[in-house]
Amino acid sequence: MSVWFILIQVLNGIQYGLLLFLVASGLTLIFGLMGIINLAHGSFYMLGAYLAYWLTGATGSFALAIVLAIPLAAVVGLVLEAGLLRTLYRRSHLDQVLLTYGLILIFNEGQRLLWGGDVHSVAIPELLTGSVRLTETLSYPVYRLWVSLVCLALAGAMYLVIQRTRFGMLIRAGACDRDMVAALGIDVKLLFAAVFAAGTVLAAVSGAIAAPLSSVGPGMGDTVLILCFVVVVIGGVGNIKGTFFGALLIGLADTFGKVLIPDLASFMVYAVMAAVLLWKPRGLFA
Amino acid sequence: MTMRVSRRNLIKLGAAATMAGFVPTRFAIGNTAKVKVGLLLPYSGTYAGLGEAISNGFRMALAETGGKLGGREVEIISLDDESNPGKAPENTNRLAVGDKVDFIVGAVHSGVAMGMLKVVRDTGTITVIPNAGANAATGPLCAPNVFRTSFSSWQACFPMGKVAVDRGLKKVATITWKYAGGDEMVGGFVENFTKNGGTVVEQIQVPFPTEEFQAYLTQIAALRPDGVFAFFAGSGALKFVKDYAAAGLGSIPLMGPGFLTDGVLAGQGAAAEGVLTTLHYADALDTAENRTFRAAYKSGFGKEADVYAVQGYDAGQVLIHGMAAVNGDTTARSALIAAMETARINSPRGPFTFSKAHNPIQDIYLRQVRNGQEVVLGVAHAALADPAKGCKMT
Repeated sequence: MSVWFILIQVLNGIQYGLLLFLVASGLTLIFGLMGIINLAHGSFYMLGAYLAYWLTGATGSFALAIVLAIPLAAVVGLVLEAGLLRTLYRRSHLDQVLLTYGLILIFNEGQRLLWGGDVHSVAIPELLTGSVRLTETLSYPVYRLWVSLVCLALAGAMYLVIQRTRFGMLIRAGACDRDMVAALGIDVKLLFAAVFAAGTVLAAVSGAIAAPLSSVGPGMGDTVLILCFVVVVIGGVGNIKGTFFGALLIGLADTFGKVLIPDLASFMVYAVMAAVLLWKPRGLFA
Repeated sequence: MTMRVSRRNLIKLGAAATMAGFVPTRFAIGNTAKVKVGLLLPYSGTYAGLGEAISNGFRMALAETGGKLGGREVEIISLDDESNPGKAPENTNRLAVGDKVDFIVGAVHSGVAMGMLKVVRDTGTITVIPNAGANAATGPLCAPNVFRTSFSSWQACFPMGKVAVDRGLKKVATITWKYAGGDEMVGGFVENFTKNGGTVVEQIQVPFPTEEFQAYLTQIAALRPDGVFAFFAGSGALKFVKDYAAAGLGSIPLMGPGFLTDGVLAGQGAAAEGVLTTLHYADALDTAENRTFRAAYKSGFGKEADVYAVQGYDAGQVLIHGMAAVNGDTTARSALIAAMETARINSPRGPFTFSKAHNPIQDIYLRQVRNGQEVVLGVAHAALADPAKGCKMT
């Protein structure tokens, strides 16, 4: 195995990991800061991909589709939070799991009613269609590299917002003790609604951005959901930095698992998760 | 000639007449009760589109005979199998025992078909498989009451082995999902490919249902084979073909069974250019039967027919043929099965008959994507019969 080959596989792993981070970030936000186990996160990802498919077809522009998908996803998030989740904040996790599992079924059926059972794809925007030649036989699509950059930028932005802004401080405080924050005169209801909407938007945006790289079809959110939970568990619940490095670790483990020990490839991700849990039960940076 | 009727004869005649009134003939039963057909198909999830196409095709075949089987009205009971093999035995029981259906048409997913076969081999319900390609269904698990109108995985891929060698592709890498269906598809190809002198340089198995192929594409680029044989279906097929082209591997010919491009060609776009596939059907098949079928399907359901619609349509044709032979009398079981066995089905794919194991003996076409269209290059293997390894009909 040549050095080139290994380097390209590292690139593959990091690129996949960055994409995983983007999807998982919304989950860790909702899970960690609000204490809600949101199984419907994969459905929000699917929603984003379908919005990208539908809006690109309707407007003819992928960029415009993403811009339009953001407010639509935010509205979906706000409606679900106000109408359903708000009543369950003080209930057990099992109740939340039941509710959000029900949401998965509703989203899947809604997807079938709205868009049918066919598999679709979204074309890569004109500007980003090229590829970079790496070896004589292999080239790397520019769009994949662009997605990696977007993921990095969003990761940085999230870190800054949560660690350095007043809003971020309120979110962290609300996660620690929501009663105390409320007593200090902060509208916790509004705060949580905003966080839930932000998580929904993050999932939808990652679905939309990933749409040209994947196929848009029924059930696409379900496989993503499991990987998201693995990443969140490794990174430590609610820890953006941990989620970032957890996602990279999973991306690399998955890639090298596939190449080096193909027979155990599907097991690799979970083996890494188990190892991290034994070593650092509360997450990488806890 | 006049007949002298004695009193004794009169009584006999009267009794006979009365008996005739009470003991129904075959035909009389046929007109009273509805024939029940259970459709065990996926109506939700990844394969929902396939279930719908098969149902449409099946209903279309029935509609052509006035919605009747052997002169009897038909009641269709649809059950969503959710593509869940775990629920297959229970779902099959609901149809076979609960609803007491006369026929079952199912399944799409091979795992579901396996679970279904366990049950119908016991209940004896006459079953037509309109898609699931598991070799075992017309192999070790074959049964007199089980028919298949689609293909065996082996059958769909075997002809490509020779095509590859004929085209000068001596060293080939294969890639598929790591599950029974993938193994059988690749197995059919490899058998014929190595028999004709080809060398398989690597058999890559992707964990099911992973659609992240980048690591494998890098591996293929490093191997530099003459060609790549791939089996994926649905969204996996769409993504694999796109990723393959995006990775700059377009100079290495890509081939596979027709599922690699069928139904996802529009989504694959230019990435699918040049992909070679083999299958028992092609949308572009230029025959009168196919043109008529496709026009009727489009006007009936508002969308283009596909291979799944054909398989559903032919499942309907097999039942129509069998039931016509016994005038709708489902109790004439052996005559019914015999009629189905010997049927020559005039399918949109071309005529086919059943092998001893009840799998179609059919032409496998070689197709290629050219300018975004699936073009039929010819017949890759005429009248190919599955070897039906391990099939013992009892």
